[in-house]
Amino acid sequence: MATRVEVPALTRPRTLSERLVRIVTRSPVHIALIIIAAIWLVPTVALLITSVRERSDTLSSGWWHVFESHLTLSNYSEVLRTAGMGHAFLNSLYITLPSTLMPLIFGALAAYAFAWTRFPFRDTTFLFIVALMVVPVQTAFVPLLKFFRENGGLNTEFYGIWLAHTAFGLPLAIFLFRNFFITLPKDLIEAARMDGASEFAIFRRVVIPLSVPALASFGIFQFLWVWNDLLMALIFVSDPSKQPMTVKITQLLSTYAQEFHILAAGGFLLMIVPLIVFFALQRYFVQGLLAGSVKS
Amino acid sequence: MTTAPVARRALSLLSLSAQAPPIQVPQPKRRFGRSREGSLKERLQGIAFALPAIAVLCLFVIYPAYYTVRLAFYKSDFLFSFTNWVGLDNFKDLFEDKAFFDVSEFPPSGAVFNNVRWVIIYISLCLILGLALAVLTIRVRYESFIKSIIFIPMAISATAVAVIWLLVYSPNADIGTVNAVINAFGGNPVSWLGKESTVNYAIIVAYVWASTGFAMVVLSAALKGIPTEILEAARVDGAGEWSIFRRIMLPMLSLPISVVTVWLFINVIKVFDIIYVMTAGGPGTSSRVIAYTMFTETFSGNPGRGAAVAVIMLVLTVPVMILNIRRFKSERVMT
Repeated sequence: MATRVEVPALTRPRTLSERLVRIVTRSPVHIALIIIAAIWLVPTVALLITSVRERSDTLSSGWWHVFESHLTLSNYSEVLRTAGMGHAFLNSLYITLPSTLMPLIFGALAAYAFAWTRFPFRDTTFLFIVALMVVPVQTAFVPLLKFFRENGGLNTEFYGIWLAHTAFGLPLAIFLFRNFFITLPKDLIEAARMDGASEFAIFRRVVIPLSVPALASFGIFQFLWVWNDLLMALIFVSDPSKQPMTVKITQLLSTYAQEFHILAAGGFLLMIVPLIVFFALQRYFVQGLLAGSVKS
Repeated sequence: MTTAPVARRALSLLSLSAQAPPIQVPQPKRRFGRSREGSLKERLQGIAFALPAIAVLCLFVIYPAYYTVRLAFYKSDFLFSFTNWVGLDNFKDLFEDKAFFDVSEFPPSGAVFNNVRWVIIYISLCLILGLALAVLTIRVRYESFIKSIIFIPMAISATAVAVIWLLVYSPNADIGTVNAVINAFGGNPVSWLGKESTVNYAIIVAYVWASTGFAMVVLSAALKGIPTEILEAARVDGAGEWSIFRRIMLPMLSLPISVVTVWLFINVIKVFDIIYVMTAGGPGTSSRVIAYTMFTETFSGNPGRGAAVAVIMLVLTVPVMILNIRRFKSERVMT
């Protein structure tokens, strides 16, 4: 699978003059790439720099005056304590972890059923679930909110948002896991059945250990999906003390409007977990996002 | 989508390393739709495995969708109950609302046409930039470095993207990057997000910044899948780089391009967070889109109309559903 479209491999330059010629003919490519990369980097760098400049500096001059200004972490402590981002950070975690685990577990169980057991309407049901992947969450807002309100105020607890994220994460989970499980060797499953292993034992001891890549890809995708979500949190988390960071940021925007030192610090706190995930688990991360592409 | 072929490849590698060729036992092909076999116990077990997920889906996805479709034909209230059947009036009201649909002048405006702008500009910019980056990065040694930089915005939330670009677009030329550049060239600062004529394009650019990485990664992976021999043969025949791109790469990339286009389309239909944070649909209603209208109508005392908007969104995703099912079925034929 090492086929690459690699132009230089065809004519690897040997002499200095050949190399020079190549550098000159290639320079438009290098220049274009460096300009694009710079454009892509500048907005994030601007936010990062703004978040460590003092208030008076950010109000009077742009981030590019970074070398003339005092750098400070006080914006972060202010946003964490006074503005309540620290509490919101914990809320984000508390919302995200169950919302990732539940579709992972229910999805894997169902995927096993669709891949390795037989029951009536199995494949029709599965096709229906494939169709559910792109149903917009908007179709569920009103009825779910009504349901949560009328059943002990689930929307004032975390249960409401957990259930909503689980439900809308499940179709993708089932789809991905089933497609992965079906590629496992049939003999392996059959042999386990011959040995008298129960279906649940096969699921737990054979299928799950072999499917870590698929589980990890979906887990990361769902984790980031929930962590980054604003819309569902706005609707299904009614208690202000339980709101996640994304909602908190929108409130900071109305309180602090043009005070970018606070907004920038808040924005960066929101980004930090996804960035850590990105750099630590890049391979699974890209796979997860590609896998999620059938959803959105 | 991507994990399955990886596993398949790994398995084929495993079987290659086996010493004796495996004896081929002719087995009946597992065809689609032949799931009624199996003992009662087996069936019950299967159902037990699938039941928790199916119950959650029925309760929290399917039933709500039915409820919303029904609600679209009622004039509802804050309790979201079915009070006053109004037939298609909600849809009629929507299309008479100038904030949603306005064809009285040219260019037409309102949430629907803002969404059309999004579809055209956002999708084409993401595709063009993603394709260009895929083709260019493959030629340099620091490929993965550039790709990481472009891909990072995919990781962060639309809320964070909005904060980042609020700073970029700040009307104050001493703070906003774009206006500082304009100022340096002697122009006057523009309030990008405060003017009806620019606000939509400004948000679209911010979202393109966030989504191009996806297009780039998918297209780049597909590009590397094109066999080198084909490209070499073309070069030997004297084809220039441009005609290789036009006549070989582009046709061979048509499937991944369509996958990316569908993904971007769903993104456009669902776009909400970034608009909510950057402009809250403003100034006035000039940056609203369909998904944004659903939110404002529902929570400003018109759940019936909000439901009607949700139905429109659902209808817009139906072609994608059909496409997904078709693609899945055709993939099954190959396995």
